Amino acid sequence: MSDLKEASPTPRNALLEGTATPSLGAYLRNYLRRMRSGDLGSIPIILGLIAIVIIFQTQNQHYLTPRNFVNLIAQMAGITTIAIGMVFVLLLGEIDLSAGYVSAVAAVFLAMRLRPPTGWPWYAAIIGALLFAAAIGIVQGAFITKAKLPSFIVTLAGLLVWNGVVLLLIGNGGTVIIQDPVIIGIANYFLPPVWGWIVGGASIIFFALSQLQRWNKRKNRRVASTPLLIVIFQIFLMALVMLAAVYVSNLDRGVPFVGVLLLVLLVIFSYLATRTRFGRYVYAIGDNEESARRAGIQVDRIKIMVFMIGSMMAGLGGIVLASRLRSVDTAAGGGNLLLMAIAAPVIGGTSLFGGYGRVMSALLGALIIASIENGMGLLGLSAGAKFIITGLVLLGAVLIDAITRRGREQSGIG
Amino acid sequence: MSNTPVLELRGVSKSFGAVQALEKVDFEALPGEVMALVGDNGAGKSTLVKGIVGVHPFDEGDVYFEGEKVNISGPRNAAALGIEVVYQDLALADNLDVVANMFLGREKVDKFRRLDEESMEEAAIQTLESLSVSTLRSVRLPVASLSGGQRQAIAVAKAVMWNSKIVILDEPTAALGVAQTRQVLELVKTLRNKGLAVVMISHNLLDVFEVADRITVLRLGQRVSVRNASETTQQEVVFDITAGQLSPTPRMVNS
Repeated sequence: MSDLKEASPTPRNALLEGTATPSLGAYLRNYLRRMRSGDLGSIPIILGLIAIVIIFQTQNQHYLTPRNFVNLIAQMAGITTIAIGMVFVLLLGEIDLSAGYVSAVAAVFLAMRLRPPTGWPWYAAIIGALLFAAAIGIVQGAFITKAKLPSFIVTLAGLLVWNGVVLLLIGNGGTVIIQDPVIIGIANYFLPPVWGWIVGGASIIFFALSQLQRWNKRKNRRVASTPLLIVIFQIFLMALVMLAAVYVSNLDRGVPFVGVLLLVLLVIFSYLATRTRFGRYVYAIGDNEESARRAGIQVDRIKIMVFMIGSMMAGLGGIVLASRLRSVDTAAGGGNLLLMAIAAPVIGGTSLFGGYGRVMSALLGALIIASIENGMGLLGLSAGAKFIITGLVLLGAVLIDAITRRGREQSGIG
Repeated sequence: MSNTPVLELRGVSKSFGAVQALEKVDFEALPGEVMALVGDNGAGKSTLVKGIVGVHPFDEGDVYFEGEKVNISGPRNAAALGIEVVYQDLALADNLDVVANMFLGREKVDKFRRLDEESMEEAAIQTLESLSVSTLRSVRLPVASLSGGQRQAIAVAKAVMWNSKIVILDEPTAALGVAQTRQVLELVKTLRNKGLAVVMISHNLLDVFEVADRITVLRLGQRVSVRNASETTQQEVVFDITAGQLSPTPRMVNS
């Protein structure tokens, strides 16, 4: 393996280890040490996904088909969108129980603005629905911060109120049909194969450039950086997943537009969480609110913004779900939508205790939930069996979180 | 040693309802000096610190910073002047790494308002080195994984990073083992040698006598003595803490 080892520059700083680029071997040893200490990252989820795929594929050979893969993306898009907003709320150590019905309110708002007599164009209806949802988040956030009420109670009240609003707006047993082709296209449009490749290629280039630029920036300074080989390996892995996804989608109807939408949302919100002051403050508040306050962070403002983001993403998720069904009815936002939107980030590794988690966890967790639901649907299992299995998966995920958290704290390895 | 105190309090008082927590207290901290602030529980040490940084402003009395009378409205304001407090409970965010903690609330950003992690990491390493903090494996570790002494060092480094003139340490050695206490006391000496004014609040007289130049004793909200550490003994200080001469004013205000 010695030929794989990079020529590492002489450490310029003897006091603090890890301030110079470690050799590949040292990097891998450190990685293994972190894993043993309980910092498992995405590994349990990826292993879980592989297990799910193997189990269902052996039971039903229709599971691992291009058609089902494309279905899966369309199925999980709505929940994932809501879950991305929920990640920020969970990072604060708070909860938003109103997200399910806020998504429905936004969808109803959209559907009713689109049709006569208002007859808004699709973009105005979307913007209006998102602003309405955001306003709901601001109001709920204001109650939570200014009146110092627990988020659990405020958003529980929201759950009831917005459920009521949906019922009143739609009327008894009614359904609002959506006919606007653009809105329907959100969840039902598939990119032509060429465009699928273009989008896939562009995102690979974007990822590679940003990773390499970061590596280059760190290499030239007195800070620890990742060995180049690891960076290249990460880019290679990402490219492989991306190309495989595009290839498989193109064997069926093509890359769904919602897939691209999810990708864009993930990039934007991951950036917000990890590369901006706002994101840093969200983590800090969820971790230790008092220290954040003493550091001069405007805790209330950040919290209100987070609840606004949570509600707005719920609204966007509601629009995606409505687009998929081509209508909004009185059942919108109900069922287990809310619980799945909370379960997804938690299964994906975001802590319910605040301060720990990633935006990506929303996608990974939703992928697990949707894979199980989809597979059990193919097997013709009852809704009862689905709920039980999904519930057990959630329990397992929280258990892993609790155990690895203890590991992280005891080991002294981050 | 310069003679203008970095911080000087003249006749400050503070009461909470019927309880007179501080009564006409004078206090000063000189640059390049470790001033210990000792006293029993309830003597008013914490109230004094909270008054200085404006969390609970004094009811009466004046605060002078580098010879000029100031009115400190809150921690931000105090920090802007150059007054930093390292609280007993450290106020660190456990899941954030060392760099993120040291820059919390004062992050550097580039022209796109993106966090400038590289600059922050460099500056953090520089500060830690200047304080001779050498036991840290990496500045990218979450602080939850650090030892008590290391956490204290991070909290102190966070405080001195901003051209602060005076650092107030609230019980920096409480809950630390022998070796870690040693590290922190070394750190206190380093701060003094850099010309900062250091105020160290402590219950542990061994630690106090190890690093302090002067010792201010508070008792029941009053200052009972200021002694040079080299000219006094633990017995004298203990006597002041437990039975020091109080002014005749009654401590409890009739409500």
